[in-house]
Parts: sequence; C-alpha cells; structure tokens
Amino acid sequence: MTSDHAATSATSDHAAAAMTGDHAVDIDKHVRIYITVFVALMVLTIVTVTVSRFHLPVPIAVTVALIVAIIKGSLVACYFMHLISEKKLIYAVLALTAAFFVALMVLPVITVHDGFWIH
Amino acid sequence: MDIPYTVEIRRDTGLTNGKIGIWLFLASEVMLFGALFASYILIRTGAPTWPRGDTMLDVPLATLNTIILISSSVTMVMAWASLMRRRFETFRLYMGGTILLGLGFLVVKYFEYSAHFHEGALPSTNNFLAIYYTLTGLHGLHVLGGMAVNAYFWGPGAKLWKTNPVWFTNRVEHAGLFWHFVDLVWIFLFPTLYLL
Repeated sequence: MTSDHAATSATSDHAAAAMTGDHAVDIDKHVRIYITVFVALMVLTIVTVTVSRFHLPVPIAVTVALIVAIIKGSLVACYFMHLISEKKLIYAVLALTAAFFVALMVLPVITVHDGFWIH
Repeated sequence: MDIPYTVEIRRDTGLTNGKIGIWLFLASEVMLFGALFASYILIRTGAPTWPRGDTMLDVPLATLNTIILISSSVTMVMAWASLMRRRFETFRLYMGGTILLGLGFLVVKYFEYSAHFHEGALPSTNNFLAIYYTLTGLHGLHVLGGMAVNAYFWGPGAKLWKTNPVWFTNRVEHAGLFWHFVDLVWIFLFPTLYLL
C-alpha cells in the first residue's frame, strides 16, 4: 500500500490509530474528496435527467442511463464506502456477490430473447 | 460477555468483526434488490408494451429525492469524519442532518404515493406500478431502518463515545456503509423507474 493509498483508507481499523495519534491520517484530505464526489454526483444527476429529455431510442437510453448510474454508484462505493482501499477479504466477498448478481441480471434477459437457448 | 474484535483487528481476516459483518449483510442486500431488479427486467422484456416512467411518475420530485439522498450520504460520511477528528458536537450536527434528510426523502415519497393513490394508480393497476411500488416501498423501508439506526447513534447510543470512542466511531462507520448502500440502490432505481 502506498502512502497516498494509505491516506485514503481511513477505514474502521484506522479509527484507533487516528485517535491515538499513532498515524497521521489526513481526514482533511478525505473531506475534500467527499465534497468533490458530492459535486460530481450532482452534476451526473443533472446529466441523467437532461439526457432522458431527449427521448432517445430505448436501447440507447438504457445504455446511457446505466453508464451514468454505474459511474455514480462507483463513486459512492469507492469513496463514501471506502472501497477504494479495503481489505482483501471484503473484495473477495464482493467479487462473489458481483458474480451472482450478474448471473441474476443476465438470466431473465437470455430467457426472453430468441437465439440464445430458449426458443 | 464482551463482543470480540469490535476495536482490535482479527489477525485472520484483517478486519473488525463489525466490518466483515456489515459487508456480509450488504452482500445479502445486493441479492435481495438484485432479485427484484431481475423481476423488473423479466416483466418489462416480456411485456408487449411498457410505459415510459416519466409519463406516469413525478420526475421533478424524484430528482429532488435523488439530491436529498446524495446530500444525506455526504452528511453521513462527514459525521464519521467528525468523530475521526474527535469533534463530537460536529458529529451530532451532521448525524442530525442525515436523519432530517432521510425524513425529507420519506416526506417527498409520501406526497408522491398520495398523488398516485388519488389518481387511482395502485399496485394492482398494471405491472409497471406493481414493480414500482415493490421496489420503492422496499427501498423506503430501508431508509426508515437506516434512520432508526442513525437516530440511535445520535441519541442514546452516543453514550459509548465517552467510554469507548474507537468502538463508537467504528459503529458509526458501519451504519454509514448501510446508509450509502441505500443511496446506491436509489441511484439505480431513479433512472430505471422514472426515466426509461
């Protein structure tokens, strides 16, 4: 873990260190990141609503809306939920969850479209 | 008996028990909402016609709710950051703000639901409204649950700060993870139901 990486990883295990002064966790830096993410989320919300007003064809509208939502969700998960610098076990749990989640999303799509396996 | 590894790190996991516990819970929540999103896809792709969300729902109110929930995520993370800075009174302000924003979200949702009911747009009206009420209703219950936990840490639960500030900070972080998850779900619900 780089020193910069460590500075953005004020997770629960850093709480004790920060409070006892064993490590200088730069919370001010975190706060600046939170404000930046907040502004980005607001801008992306405006983008989502604005794009929907163009009444694009459904496949394009779904793609654009999902891309923007994934960017917004990633910002929340990475910075507010500190996933940008978590422990390996958490990543392992989430990787397994993500695999099952993707299967759950793909399953209904492929069962209703001809040419996959159900005709 | 004291709960083990609330403050110190377990050597095998590299985490406190609370941290791994909340993430396992959130993993189960992903599957819960995932099952409902899958139902939405199945119902929508199987329907001969499907209404655009903005023809049946109130987009300005939902946009307002998006802004409210994103703001509440910021106040929540600032509440935790305040504890990391050992500023308890600032924590109380931010946590109070988070609770009020959560309440604001539910009030807006109440007005939305009331307008739908007044128009006779019920869950039994069509499949779009059925999945809309199911997804937003379950999400609303999560907001309510998150508010109850946050209110506990703002009020009676805050006593722990005096005796074990590190544990209290960890607990607030875990409550925050749940709150951010609720925000994250809404980030996907909003375009899916209202804009597409």
